[in-house]
Amino acid sequence: MESLLQPVAEFFGPAWPAVWTLAKIVAIIAPLMIAVAYLTLAERKVIGYMQVRIGPNRVGPKGLLQPIADGVKLLLKEIIVPSGSSKGLFILGPILAIAPSLAAWAVIPFDDGLVLANVNAGLLFLLAITSMEVYGVIVAGWASNSKYPFLGSMRAAAQMVSYEVSMGFALICVLLISASLNLTDIVTSQGEGRFADMGLGFLSWNWLPLLPMFVVYVISGIAETNRAPFDVVEGEAEVVAGHMVEYSGMAFALFFLAEYANMILVSILTSVLFLGGWLSPIGFLPDGFHWLALKTAAILFIFLWARATFPRFRYDQIMRLGWKVFIPVTLVWVFVVAVWMMSPLSIWS
Amino acid sequence: MEFKTFVFYFLAVIMVFAALRVITARNPVHAALFLVLTFFNAGGIWLLLQAEFLAITLVMVYVGAVMVLFLFVVMMLDINLDRIREGFWSYLPVGALVGILMLIEMVMVLGGSYFGLEAMPAPPAAGEGYSNTRELGRVLYTDYVYPFELASLVLLVAMVAAVALTLRKRKGIKGIPASEQVAVKREGRVELVKMQAEKED
Repeated sequence: MESLLQPVAEFFGPAWPAVWTLAKIVAIIAPLMIAVAYLTLAERKVIGYMQVRIGPNRVGPKGLLQPIADGVKLLLKEIIVPSGSSKGLFILGPILAIAPSLAAWAVIPFDDGLVLANVNAGLLFLLAITSMEVYGVIVAGWASNSKYPFLGSMRAAAQMVSYEVSMGFALICVLLISASLNLTDIVTSQGEGRFADMGLGFLSWNWLPLLPMFVVYVISGIAETNRAPFDVVEGEAEVVAGHMVEYSGMAFALFFLAEYANMILVSILTSVLFLGGWLSPIGFLPDGFHWLALKTAAILFIFLWARATFPRFRYDQIMRLGWKVFIPVTLVWVFVVAVWMMSPLSIWS
Repeated sequence: MEFKTFVFYFLAVIMVFAALRVITARNPVHAALFLVLTFFNAGGIWLLLQAEFLAITLVMVYVGAVMVLFLFVVMMLDINLDRIREGFWSYLPVGALVGILMLIEMVMVLGGSYFGLEAMPAPPAAGEGYSNTRELGRVLYTDYVYPFELASLVLLVAMVAAVALTLRKRKGIKGIPASEQVAVKREGRVELVKMQAEKED
């Protein structure tokens, strides 16, 4: 690899680090966009089969070209800017929605050493970047100068701020026991312990000692990405499509891409933080990226499953769950983990 | 020019511009969004100082939480700009006085020679493996643990006080306590009645 890259590096000279980083970014973003496109197809197929119908099966063999047809359709549509809107912000809204959901991928470790930016404060960076996702929705809703988008963005602001708190506490538990903010260290620390030595790696991952946090994190993740059953931001029956009402064509598609990219992000984060990342569940099987992909796909399936199964929450119930159930539970569990770590029963020494 | 210097000036120019727009933008929502941009660039400048924990926390707390709630309120207000501008000339002397005082203070700090800053050179660059988060945590929870806990208690009291001040029990609302809703059993709502089919005659 090094000898292959040498002539290319000489060709670019001092600009080489920037070019090489850009190449790495493309190598992450391009597969991500394909994954997003096929996640939409997977969602329609999964929900279709859960509702005893077939789902899209007309475009291409078995409907496999459906996402591409959808993309082309959205690309060719006209973008309409409402006359009373705040034009600059109206265009900025979708960009603000998708930018954080792509930027967060910079610190995700795909395999041992396979990460774009191996920064020490990776987890903090993720918290900061994901907390900015809400701006896309708020700006879009306000700039549309229309009632339903505005209501949607109000809901989004309140909901995302609320669930961020419980998500943050769940992450505090993880960084307490792995004593690091570096995501690679968090994964490797999950591969140590009594069960890992016995070859039962999946029992030494964080999900078991932090089981309540794992559940809280997955549910908060669904709420953070505004997915069903917490999709009151765009609830069709109440606010039509929330912040997206006035958007069309590619501007709408950007919101769509951002939502699915966020879903994949939350799933891969859950896999990294609680399910051991690229570590293999059983000792004799080799570690590798395929495990991370499998775990992520499993969490994504839970997202789709929840959407097909549960009716939408009422808004006050969402707020109650966030503030009156999750935050007390997470607060208590932070305390429990801290005491556990200091006691002689600690399993993380 | 070194790359770091370029980054600093890039962030600083955007930050000063955004900060100016915060006070000159006519629309309060635009002003709030420019304030977000200002915070973001301030975070970037702190990153340049190797204070990554402070930088990321600034973005997380101010951009991610405080400004969202700020926008939440500002968006719902119906602000009449003409009414606000009415008192501009009568407030100007007070505002100018405060502004000039702040300007003098800043000049004195940045001028440096008045405070003998040459005797306190800039700290050396941190070594390999230095973690800003770890250092801050160590200082906060060992050397300054009592002041730190005291500050958190003061904040907690303020929070409880704010909740207590605004909490009100309204009478006559139709909402039902969630605990009662959750505790509902089928027997309380559905009654099965067994009866013979009626015949028409």
